[in-house]
Amino acid sequence: MTVIRTLDKDKMDVAEGSYAVAHAVKVCRPNVISAYPITPQTHIVEDLSQFMADGEISNCEYINVESEFSALSALVGSAAAGARCYSATTSQGLELMHEVLFNVSGMRLPVVMTIANRAVSAPINIWNDHQDSISQRDTGWIQMYAEDLQEISDMTAQAYKVAEDKDVMMPAMTCMDGFILSHVYEPVVLLEQDLVDEYLPAYEPEYSLDPKNPLTFGAFADPTAYTEFRYLQQKAMDNALPKIEEAANEFYEIFGRYYGGLIDEYETDDADIILMAMGSLVGTIRDVVDKLRAKGVKVGLLKVRTFRPFPAEAIKNVIKDAKVVVALDKNISLGLNEGSLFTETKASLYNTKVDVPIVGRMIGHGGRDIPVKTIEDIVEEAKGIISSGINTESKYADLKEELL
Amino acid sequence: MSIQLGGVCQPGTTRANKTGGWRTFRPVYDYDKCIKCKLCELLCPDMAVLPRDDGFFEFDYDYCKGCGICANECPKEAIDMVLEEK
Repeated sequence: MTVIRTLDKDKMDVAEGSYAVAHAVKVCRPNVISAYPITPQTHIVEDLSQFMADGEISNCEYINVESEFSALSALVGSAAAGARCYSATTSQGLELMHEVLFNVSGMRLPVVMTIANRAVSAPINIWNDHQDSISQRDTGWIQMYAEDLQEISDMTAQAYKVAEDKDVMMPAMTCMDGFILSHVYEPVVLLEQDLVDEYLPAYEPEYSLDPKNPLTFGAFADPTAYTEFRYLQQKAMDNALPKIEEAANEFYEIFGRYYGGLIDEYETDDADIILMAMGSLVGTIRDVVDKLRAKGVKVGLLKVRTFRPFPAEAIKNVIKDAKVVVALDKNISLGLNEGSLFTETKASLYNTKVDVPIVGRMIGHGGRDIPVKTIEDIVEEAKGIISSGINTESKYADLKEELL
Repeated sequence: MSIQLGGVCQPGTTRANKTGGWRTFRPVYDYDKCIKCKLCELLCPDMAVLPRDDGFFEFDYDYCKGCGICANECPKEAIDMVLEEK
């Protein structure tokens, strides 16, 4: 199934990405919001503050804090007390939360947080890439990446649905490209309150902090039990794989919109060359695929919507018959010279019968524009790999040699 | 016993962990010097100093980790820290 949107134009507004997300959070009926403003996430929490000031979110507390570390820490207590919790951040703010990310996940608290993806310092750069969230991939948070405003808005409700599932109970990050999605205005159906109420039931925690019935949360585990805690977290991530698909299907039934569950494919059935990517870059590749298909180039797109848990099986099924796969990454693991989507896709094919050449191209770091031409050049290079094999496994596709 | 979601457990379960096994030095009272001032009981960070009916105190070696604060603070040097030996 590919992207499906039965959009009722009468229901559409032209809204900023941050507003669409803030509105989506509002209709998910959160009980506690705690966040610290940081570019390019600021508009989301400003809009939520405005909703609170206008009395538009009932039964909710907005906690003002002095840092991102406190923002997420406040939600640890709130979520343990049984509240549906929300935060949003980016870049340095997300890195400051690092320690608390592990606590939220380890305590199995289904907090949902929007990441307006931004490069990390130094050098200071406020523009978009995926280094901030990719650097938090091992913290035990579900990570999903949206292509456009409608998707990030709808993904918010889907994230709560998956995170709060009894078989999952893990926190989730919904990632939107900073500025490219957070500050852009697009026609969008703002998430419908009545449909969300039908889709997303009230959060009912299995255990909650209550002075009348005291319990200990986040306690100590010595070497005799720690391994089993970690095993159970991994099992929850495994459980999340089908739940993410279910949440997307159920969303489609109620709202009539679908973007893929773990992944989505476009023109991949007979594709020799498959480009894979996450986030807004997917939209650009979609256009390039249309343009090149018109010229007879057998190119397709694999959109990776869920990065954690990593959908290895779903990815393998799409790329197994291709002649070459190019993974595009807006992040780099320094010292390996590879982006994570490339590394992990490659690793997941080892020890399988699939033997497709796969290369990684890093692109669009620190907000560098990704014009159609850059993608076309990558496809051109991929054609060469089909005929004469891999020359360079991984490299920057848009490096400016003249600055070196 | 299996692990509950997120490790949630009943309060007070740390009583099951007898942390006295971490101790290198054990505090021992010299009751001839003790003036029952209660500083050791007040300052023990682990509630491992228990009052007795006669006004003196005794150590709960199940939980005393041997930190030595009691011995350090005792105004009469009535507590000796003795090396634990097998």
